[in-house]
Amino acid sequence: MALTYEHIKQRLVEKFGEQVKGFEEPYGMLTFEAPKELNLKVLQFLYDDAELQFRFLTDLQAVHYPDDAGRELAVVYHLHNLTENIRLRFKVFTEISRPDVFSAATLYAAANWMERETYDFFGVNFVGHPNLKRILNVDEMDYFPMRKEFPLEDQTRIDKDDEMFGRGGSII
Amino acid sequence: MSDVIQHSNIRLPEGSIEKQTTTLNLGPTHPATHGVFQNILELDGERIISAEQTVGYIHRAFEKLAERRPLYQITTLTDRLNYCSSPINNMGWHLTCEKLLGVKTPKRVDYLRVIVMELARISDHLICNSIVGVDSGAYTGFLYVMQYRELIYEIYEEICGSRLTTNMGRIGGFERNFTPLAFEKLEKFLKEYPAVLKEFENLFTRNRIFMERTIGAGPIGAERALNYGFTGPNLRAAGVDYDVRVHSPYSSYEDFDFEVPVGSTGDCYDRYLVRNQEMWQSLRIIEQAYQKVQSFKGAEAEVFHADVPEYYLPEKKDVYTKMEALIWHFKIIMGEIDIPKGELYFPVEGGNGELGFYLISDGGRTPYRLHFRRPCFIYYQAYEELTKGAMLSDAIIVMSSLNLIAGELDA
Repeated sequence: MALTYEHIKQRLVEKFGEQVKGFEEPYGMLTFEAPKELNLKVLQFLYDDAELQFRFLTDLQAVHYPDDAGRELAVVYHLHNLTENIRLRFKVFTEISRPDVFSAATLYAAANWMERETYDFFGVNFVGHPNLKRILNVDEMDYFPMRKEFPLEDQTRIDKDDEMFGRGGSII
Repeated sequence: MSDVIQHSNIRLPEGSIEKQTTTLNLGPTHPATHGVFQNILELDGERIISAEQTVGYIHRAFEKLAERRPLYQITTLTDRLNYCSSPINNMGWHLTCEKLLGVKTPKRVDYLRVIVMELARISDHLICNSIVGVDSGAYTGFLYVMQYRELIYEIYEEICGSRLTTNMGRIGGFERNFTPLAFEKLEKFLKEYPAVLKEFENLFTRNRIFMERTIGAGPIGAERALNYGFTGPNLRAAGVDYDVRVHSPYSSYEDFDFEVPVGSTGDCYDRYLVRNQEMWQSLRIIEQAYQKVQSFKGAEAEVFHADVPEYYLPEKKDVYTKMEALIWHFKIIMGEIDIPKGELYFPVEGGNGELGFYLISDGGRTPYRLHFRRPCFIYYQAYEELTKGAMLSDAIIVMSSLNLIAGELDA
């Protein structure tokens, strides 16, 4: 029997009850979330279960939602079951003041560098990671640049007084 | 001898008094690293006992930049990921945008895209394989194939006016129709290339030295490769039949008849063989696609973009002469039209594996978050495991056969 999103959802709810929630399918990919304490348990279940077998970690990264108090950082896992060719997206949210999330590096070797990259850019502290240090930025950096508190200049801003460039200002 | 360096991972032979290892920085700028990445190798004689990789030398913050750029302006960023096959990145990005915006492309556009993407795959594999040749001491093959990659670049040039960072895609299709000269050049390429590829194979495939250098170098098993997140030729060389073009077809790949070559041992030689086989398959796909393109008649034969004026840029000559076209051009380029809310992941089969675009839009003019799943970044972390216990000269060849491109590694 081919694996369906409905079935995956059912198995997850059977196993974790109401702790897995927020099931939706934006643009045709099953997405759900779980408490961050459960992330490894959910991943392990998805990996081990004879039916589910999500053995391929396609991608792992974070997203910053500064306005969502207590859930500022989302760590997003994209998993793929290659035999059934079905993908899903799994999210855990963490507060930015204590961004500790368990590391999946022992389960998926691929997670090692992906977690380092996520740490580098968002400051997610992957607990249990064998070598959590910056990977693309310099070691001396003391902030996490992909967070929304470091915006780039808006190219379409209008508050500049640069009449020489034909924007804003006043023509006398 | 008090200052003998003792590393926990070195086991000294019974009875030996001391053994010193050498630390060698291979890179970040070394001809053999084909880009800027550093390998800190710990050598016992010429045998590698540990390796640590450092990347990030050309990190350009693409993901951050993308948060301030409307969709079209991100195209130029994708060009600079894997610059050996930039049209694939381009097309992948525009396919992602089209999925987000719900744009349906005409069949002719799909086929033209397939032609361009497969040409890019050939040029990518060709460079990779000939570099493997260079690193095993055979420079001639590399010099020889350069002129045929040139033919591909000339086709790009005909299509979009640019050669390396092509920027040729548009949301809904291409910037302009392929000129008759582009098709002529494509025909010339299709006619000449098989003989070249055959000759290239003759030069390497059964070459004693090449075989000795590559067989058994940097092997990886299927299970381990999957655990490491390998995709593309590197995964297929390990014996896993996974190709995004087959598993989640995009751009009408389901209309084409082609095989997915797989290897067995996952060593450098298998990776070379898989890439070579793929070039033959790409040629097959291009021929089929070209026939399909030719089968369009009348007005259909002129279609090169979808009819989506709110996303597709107006023609340049109109922009220069008509006010409305100029306004639309401005609105689209500056992102005055908000993009729909949504979250999606779109994978394409890049030159060296699954290139994915994870895009979150909050309904503004720019992506809220854009992440590139870059296959090179994923391969390189397996480098230590692939080279541990091998000789220094193997380290070089493993690196080139993984097809690591610094632009994609660092994003």
